[in-house]
Amino acid sequence: MMKFRFRRQGNDPQRERIKQELFAFNKTVEHGFPNQPSALAYDPQLQLMAIGTKSGAIKVYGAPGVEFTGLHKDTAAVTQIHFLSGQGRILSLLDDNSLHLWEIGGKEGHSYLEEVRSFSLPGRPGIESTSATRVTVLLLKLNLDLLCVGTEGGGVHFLQLPTFSLLDRSLFHDEVMQSAPEEYKCGKSLGPVEALQEHPQQAEKILIGYSRGLVVLWDLNTRHVDNLFLGKQQLESLVWERSGNTFVSSHSDGGYLVWTVNSSTPCTHQPTTSTIPYGPFPSHGGMPRASYGDRHCLTILQDSTHVTLDFTSRVIDFFTVHCIDQEKEYDDPTSLVVLLEEELVVIDLATPGWPTIPSPYLAPLHSSAITCSYHISNVPSKLWERIITAGQSQSANQTHGVGDWPICGGRSVAPESKQKELLLTGHEDGTVRFWDASGVSLQPLYKLSTANIFQTDCDHNDSLTQAGEEEWPPFRKVGCFDPYSDDPRLGIQKICLCKYSGKLVVAGTAGQVIVMYLSDEKSDHMIDVATVDLLQDREGFTWKGHDRLPPKTGSVVFAPGFQPVVLVQCIPPAAVTAVTLHAEWNLIAFGTSHGFGLFDYHRRAPVLARCTLHPNDSLAMEGPLSRVKSLKKSLRQSFRRIRKSRVSGKKRAVQEANAQLAEQDAEMAPVQRRIEARSADDSLSGVVRCLCFADTFLRDGTHHGPTMWAGTNSGSVYAYALEVPSQEKFSEQSVEAVLGKEIQLMHRAPVVSIAVLDGRGNPLPEPYEVSRDLAKAPDMQGSHSVLIASEEQFKVFMLPKVSAKTKFKLTAHEGCRVRKVALVTFTSVSSEEYCENGLVCLTNLGDIHVFSVPALRPQVRYDCIRKEDISGIASCVFTKTGQAGQVAGGSVLSPGFYLISPSEYERFSLSARVITEPLCQVDVDRLHDLTVLRYSKLSHCLHLQFEHNEVFSLSSPFLESPNSSADLTLDTTGELTVEDVKDFLVYVLHLDTLYVSCGRAVYEGAVNDS
Amino acid sequence: MNRNPREPSAVEFGAEFRRFSLDRSKPGKFDEFYGLLQHVHRIPNVDLLVGYADVHGDLLPINNDGNYHKAITTAAPLLRLFLQRKEEADYSAFGTESLTRKKTPAALAAVLLRPDGNRKKPPIIISLPQDFRPVSSIIDVDILPETHRRVRLYKHGQEKPLGFYIRDGSSVRVTPQGLEKVPGIFISRLVPGGLAESTGLLAVNDEVLEVNGIEVAGKSLDQVTDMMIANSHNLIITVKPANQRNNIVRRGGRDASGSSGRSSDSGTSFYMASNAIAMTPSHIIQNFRPEEEEDSEDEEDLVIEGGGAAIPIGHVAASAGVTCSMPSLPRYEPHLNLRTSNGGMAASASMDTVSHKDQDMEVQAVARRSLEEDGTVITL
Repeated sequence: MMKFRFRRQGNDPQRERIKQELFAFNKTVEHGFPNQPSALAYDPQLQLMAIGTKSGAIKVYGAPGVEFTGLHKDTAAVTQIHFLSGQGRILSLLDDNSLHLWEIGGKEGHSYLEEVRSFSLPGRPGIESTSATRVTVLLLKLNLDLLCVGTEGGGVHFLQLPTFSLLDRSLFHDEVMQSAPEEYKCGKSLGPVEALQEHPQQAEKILIGYSRGLVVLWDLNTRHVDNLFLGKQQLESLVWERSGNTFVSSHSDGGYLVWTVNSSTPCTHQPTTSTIPYGPFPSHGGMPRASYGDRHCLTILQDSTHVTLDFTSRVIDFFTVHCIDQEKEYDDPTSLVVLLEEELVVIDLATPGWPTIPSPYLAPLHSSAITCSYHISNVPSKLWERIITAGQSQSANQTHGVGDWPICGGRSVAPESKQKELLLTGHEDGTVRFWDASGVSLQPLYKLSTANIFQTDCDHNDSLTQAGEEEWPPFRKVGCFDPYSDDPRLGIQKICLCKYSGKLVVAGTAGQVIVMYLSDEKSDHMIDVATVDLLQDREGFTWKGHDRLPPKTGSVVFAPGFQPVVLVQCIPPAAVTAVTLHAEWNLIAFGTSHGFGLFDYHRRAPVLARCTLHPNDSLAMEGPLSRVKSLKKSLRQSFRRIRKSRVSGKKRAVQEANAQLAEQDAEMAPVQRRIEARSADDSLSGVVRCLCFADTFLRDGTHHGPTMWAGTNSGSVYAYALEVPSQEKFSEQSVEAVLGKEIQLMHRAPVVSIAVLDGRGNPLPEPYEVSRDLAKAPDMQGSHSVLIASEEQFKVFMLPKVSAKTKFKLTAHEGCRVRKVALVTFTSVSSEEYCENGLVCLTNLGDIHVFSVPALRPQVRYDCIRKEDISGIASCVFTKTGQAGQVAGGSVLSPGFYLISPSEYERFSLSARVITEPLCQVDVDRLHDLTVLRYSKLSHCLHLQFEHNEVFSLSSPFLESPNSSADLTLDTTGELTVEDVKDFLVYVLHLDTLYVSCGRAVYEGAVNDS
Repeated sequence: MNRNPREPSAVEFGAEFRRFSLDRSKPGKFDEFYGLLQHVHRIPNVDLLVGYADVHGDLLPINNDGNYHKAITTAAPLLRLFLQRKEEADYSAFGTESLTRKKTPAALAAVLLRPDGNRKKPPIIISLPQDFRPVSSIIDVDILPETHRRVRLYKHGQEKPLGFYIRDGSSVRVTPQGLEKVPGIFISRLVPGGLAESTGLLAVNDEVLEVNGIEVAGKSLDQVTDMMIANSHNLIITVKPANQRNNIVRRGGRDASGSSGRSSDSGTSFYMASNAIAMTPSHIIQNFRPEEEEDSEDEEDLVIEGGGAAIPIGHVAASAGVTCSMPSLPRYEPHLNLRTSNGGMAASASMDTVSHKDQDMEVQAVARRSLEEDGTVITL
């Protein structure tokens, strides 16, 4: 019969058409910061920035709203990205040794990013192994028509751009060796190509540096070695001086050599100068390496100004945004953009003090680990403005006088979103962050911290670290990534916001439930605390978990924004598992693994506490959270350790092999699954999973009134009839709760959601919506029903008798379990008048089903999240309901969000009608206009330096002018590994601004300013 | 006694003797009689084994309408009944031969009431037919390929675990294209004493083909696990037994004999070409109707009115035509003309042998029992 029902539905073309007009699944945009970035590039002409990730994604950003995402077919890490400046083309090199060319194309008035070509170097038959053709270095010629590819085998290949056609003039070892003097040959190979640099004046000449130390000036046209420089130390990098008369080579021993190019002597044996500046500097107030070894730093020097930016995570790469007019004497960099492993930091160099510029996108959502999320659509403009004001007052000191966002290529052509959407993220450190989710880029609006309500030792720690930083070097902390929570009990578990009254409930890991209201004024008051015992004198239970958080005593100052009304503390202080708010009735309901409570926050009085604990459930008293946390902590520590001790290539290979072995072992042992009915004795059966308030018929069919519903992990539903006094009597009369019904679902699966439907089968409106004319009044004539969604099935019961009306047994049919559900109103694309209610369900397999309500018939199914992505599935939030939009005449959004990585939300839409996605346009110039001035980072730098005779003496593999006159010395002491040196990037731009970056900061030594 | 053609009965229950009368011409149904006995002895909640002494002095059971009527007709005019608490019942006392030597009621009573210490080894207790309830069954044999077996396990809300594990594996099928290795789900372990083991219908390495009418092909181990758990109250699984020897040979069965289809290797079962054809969709037609299944005993969620008694959720008119068959409770029908006879009434102190609880407790016990029937235990 069931099958027949489906078939009939599927074959009805009329219904199919309606469904197409209602439902459509789209993943629209990714919010947040790309996980594991691995490469960075900037096109100063188009003013676009590209970030490559370890998962093979390329993300291009310009002005806010302008963003493109491209994904390589193979999930290999992007190791290098280069813009073909001005052309809207991007060249990427992956870890699997393939080269890819991407183009920003245009279609229907907006641009998109697509891969147009890819190329892998063919092996040289018979001679070289595959590793020999591994690309080590890329040189994009200034006129962008030729790509020089250096390989591990020592070959240099030439590819025509943009066609990727391999020119038949590859240069191999043997050809170079012929020109080398006999005594240099000594049978050794030249090693991989380590550096390729184009001659700053003569475009046909390139400088090729081999690992062994040999540097060759090669003429591309004549295929002739112009000069040989017989370096003997392992080479790391090469830098031209702008005139082309000298260049600098840096070496693995930390030294650098300056070579003079002299056309009359084709073979240079000795460099002009040689500096190997390593050496201990213990006498110079050097700091112990141990103290700073784990810092991630970048130093900016300008005249006597010296700032060491102390980042929160590893530096991937950086660039400056500056004037691209080469005729101008100075570059005048306006800003410095640093890509870190966990965030993007932009420093305003044009403003004294070098403040950071807040980023309009790439929000570091995960600055503290996200513990929960909550999305509200159609936010009333009044609340919106107040939140923005509160947020502005928070960031007033930071953003004052800061320059504009420097990366502003392209333009967004997406229509202005009609309604405001808020995304709230709860974090491990006890903060709740408010994000503007109305558009493509998620922007921070306001940050609420709950830590100041409690006595914690966080503040204490901060002052300690501050004190130590007065000394040299002048560290400055930048960035906000701070994943190390001082007290995991502060973690936010549940959030509920009433968008009409500005009331907010935030509940956390230690059983704290904080009722807050939005205040535009600063205030100074005591914290009202009420405790609710959820065990209700049950005997034989002793809580073995963490303690409650002690609230602050005395008066506390609260900034404008959300301020606490009352703190309700659950006893035992287990993590809050469900929370809901009814601002019109002044009630909150909350649940933990032990029971649930109802609290009147107007009178600050508990109304009800009910224990849901099963007598045999011992696990509920363990406070399992503490165990999880300690595991997490130790994991973190080990991650830190890994970061510290760099894993060499060989080690990595061994680890991978071990991992593979482990996988094989797992395959050997057969995985078994026990088949057993759910029993009442299952552990944690008392966990309260959902709570809901509704004005409906519980006791009889003629009198409706406030009710409260709670569902547990073991399939129990408790329904209470509430006596809520009228608004005028709130203060005198207390709220009463009487148990109306207890429902035990036969299949005992956890109750995921409860919702009451009115006489027409529509979900009841939110509090205030009816009284403020924002929604149609619910039908109180027809009989109401309650929709109970468990992990296994959906069921609609008629009220007040609680008789089963319709059901759908999802697990029995599909073998999947319900993870998240929401009631969503879908509006047809063909007519704004036509809409249907749907029950949207995300399953443990990561697919999304939509069912009709209240008939519970399956409508559509989409694959959404990979089933292996458990955290993605767990993080998914649906917009609660969108029905207010109907009446207000706006469009109804039906989006959802889930985390695709710890730092990124994927946004998806289920409605055929409204999609929030980036629509943007970038004008590109793909003519090969050779007169256009091009940008080359390193030759440019040198030019400036030499021209202005500004001199830096650096102990890093940096350069020193022969006419050295200044004497700012920056030294690093021993213990540097080859890899460390390799990671040094030295970069000079402005006449006297110097950037030194270490992949991992090794920053010891002192400034010698005599 | 003379005015009404009543059948006087003497009842022995434990050490308690009662006498009452019954209308011989309208004996009514066994259920009613059973209720009457419970009422007479004020033991409304005790399971009884009812026996009577026939004309030959044999102790014979009364457990259905048939033998009840037979007993009534044999009464001359007194019918001597023997009631035993079911858990203490001595089934060996029943039978035609067992008591021929001791024809006196006293002797009978002595047999029934002998002290525990004198008993020999407790015999295997086999319930009387009325107590039988299906624990498992093989269904749809008429429509399934003979190499398959569709087994139904009845959980009845009892505490006994289903007791089996499943695992991933692969089976080789013979198709017109040749041998094809396909992933499959297999029973990997039976828990000793579990329902699955005790039925004898499922065995380790049996391949699971369907769960409650839904094919498992293409589903992951976790999905199949969830499906089985979701259907655990009334689990119907179609298996291809690893050991094909026990299969019924039908119509001279082509090649159902012996081990041709038996899997030699533990993770693998072999499908013969004929089976592959037999697996065409026409064979997936279900003989049982899932609707009927789930709407009967499976889906009775329990609603407790605030402070009141538990009532199972029935079905509203929308799903009319579906009968709700709650496990019937022992009903007590007052129209039975219940009257204890005056004579020989021995309301003795031996009442205590039937451990009566006070009235409230029993009401509660009834309520709990009804819950247990549903497989739910509610702390009231």
